Amino acid sequence: MNEFLQFLSEPLAQRSLWACGVIGFSNGFVSALVVLRRSSLQIGTLSCALLPGIALAILLFGLFQLSILLGAVLAGLLVGLGSLFVSRTSRMDHDTALSVLHTTAFALGYIILIGLGLQQKVDDWLFGNIMSMGDADLWIAYIIGAIAVLSITAAQRPLLISLFDPRAAATMGIPTRLLNYGIFTLIILVLVSSLQAVGAFLTLGLLVAPAATMYLLTDRATWLFWGGGLIGGLGAIAAFFLSYPLGWHLGATIIVVLGVLFLLAYIFSPRYGLLRR
Amino acid sequence: MVNGQHDHICWGGGHHHHPHHHLVLRRVTAGYGSEPALQDISFEAACGSTLALIGPNGAGKSTLLNALAGLLPIWSGDILWNNTPLASHMNEIAYLPQRSEVDWQFPITVRQLVEMGRYPSVGMWGAMRPHDKEIVDKAICTLGLQDLQNRQIGALSGGQQQRCFLARALAQEAHILLLDEPFTGLDVPGSEALAELLRALAHEGRLVIASHHDLATAPQIFDQALLLRRKLIDAGPVADVLTPQNLNKAFAHA
Repeated sequence: MNEFLQFLSEPLAQRSLWACGVIGFSNGFVSALVVLRRSSLQIGTLSCALLPGIALAILLFGLFQLSILLGAVLAGLLVGLGSLFVSRTSRMDHDTALSVLHTTAFALGYIILIGLGLQQKVDDWLFGNIMSMGDADLWIAYIIGAIAVLSITAAQRPLLISLFDPRAAATMGIPTRLLNYGIFTLIILVLVSSLQAVGAFLTLGLLVAPAATMYLLTDRATWLFWGGGLIGGLGAIAAFFLSYPLGWHLGATIIVVLGVLFLLAYIFSPRYGLLRR
Repeated sequence: MVNGQHDHICWGGGHHHHPHHHLVLRRVTAGYGSEPALQDISFEAACGSTLALIGPNGAGKSTLLNALAGLLPIWSGDILWNNTPLASHMNEIAYLPQRSEVDWQFPITVRQLVEMGRYPSVGMWGAMRPHDKEIVDKAICTLGLQDLQNRQIGALSGGQQQRCFLARALAQEAHILLLDEPFTGLDVPGSEALAELLRALAHEGRLVIASHHDLATAPQIFDQALLLRRKLIDAGPVADVLTPQNLNKAFAHA
């Protein structure tokens, strides 16, 4: 226990704790969009597709936070829009096209990163390593979180109408296409921040589980955002305190904690729980 | 079904109801890609009527609804509302989606759904004023949804769900209601109740336009019909339009 308290007093530990809270909160907040759009599997493929963008950006501009971010956004856009393009110009459906493109992209990114001699970094990006986050990383996580919360809160009303009933939203003069691009951009931004925390394989959990848990607890769409943020943030912080004494990998612990919370809601939710049926 | 206290529906905004609101389509052509799905459609309809869009699959019913709703740009021709382009009167249009296209598990209550109808007047950040709340209350009352207003929309029957969307249309204070296959999936009592409701809404000064696939029920529900097969076959009172010759033209294999 003493050892743990001593660990907590280190700047590294404090930075990680903050990172858990902020990244958990912003991912949880944005997870409401993923759940309401029912597009979680697409997002899952997207997170793996970011890898080649990151690899190329490092290849071209070196290992900087900003170049990684830009590379990830570009790769996400390219694979996301590319799959849409392939499905429209061939007889493939969108999911099939996306699956082929994102695995190819992931494989390419992996080859490039190994070729660059970044084996350790690759592991971090695949499974996450919050402990390796520096001050600059933490700042980027804060900024991404602030952008997500502010933009979603500001546009919440048209956003919900457009998510629920896009056609009626269009007749009401809501720019549904613009909102869709906005949602896509936000998702990629928070994916980049969670990539460091839990890695490409597990980001999907952080970007779905919090709002999915709220979905079982409430009938109010607005609560999905704030509730999802709280579940994501507090869940990640709880995981931080659990992972040290248990000696578990922190990123994986975060996802397990969120998964357990989801299961609890699934069984015990006063409104939609299994026991209620 | 329509609550007696609120039997006149063109309330709100303080505007007087104009008896001659009318919709005119002149040689409208529209479509997707390079093939027109609708060619040279011309017809007129006035407030106070219920109009069914009838035709086989792929005849252009949804294309026409989309064009009217401004969701699909028309290639040529004019869509006029009181002699000016309908596109400049978007607040006059309420669009009701097909029931199968709605995510009924969406975490939203009946009241929140109806409140969406106030968006065009309230805007992105504006607060709901007492006036807006009153309009929402009236719309909910008119459709008899008072006791259900805090329910999640998935917990309602098919007929009640349809009424929620009609209430949203009323809250929008739109004159033109566009409905995509509203009778699909309703049982007989539900269909009859909805038909009565649509007639009442039309009677109170609205123009109800719905795509409809069931030829047998069309005459009982609608007073006007428009028979389509990419081109207009006939338009007018239902009984005059749905003649054996016309139906043969619309539905016979080419």
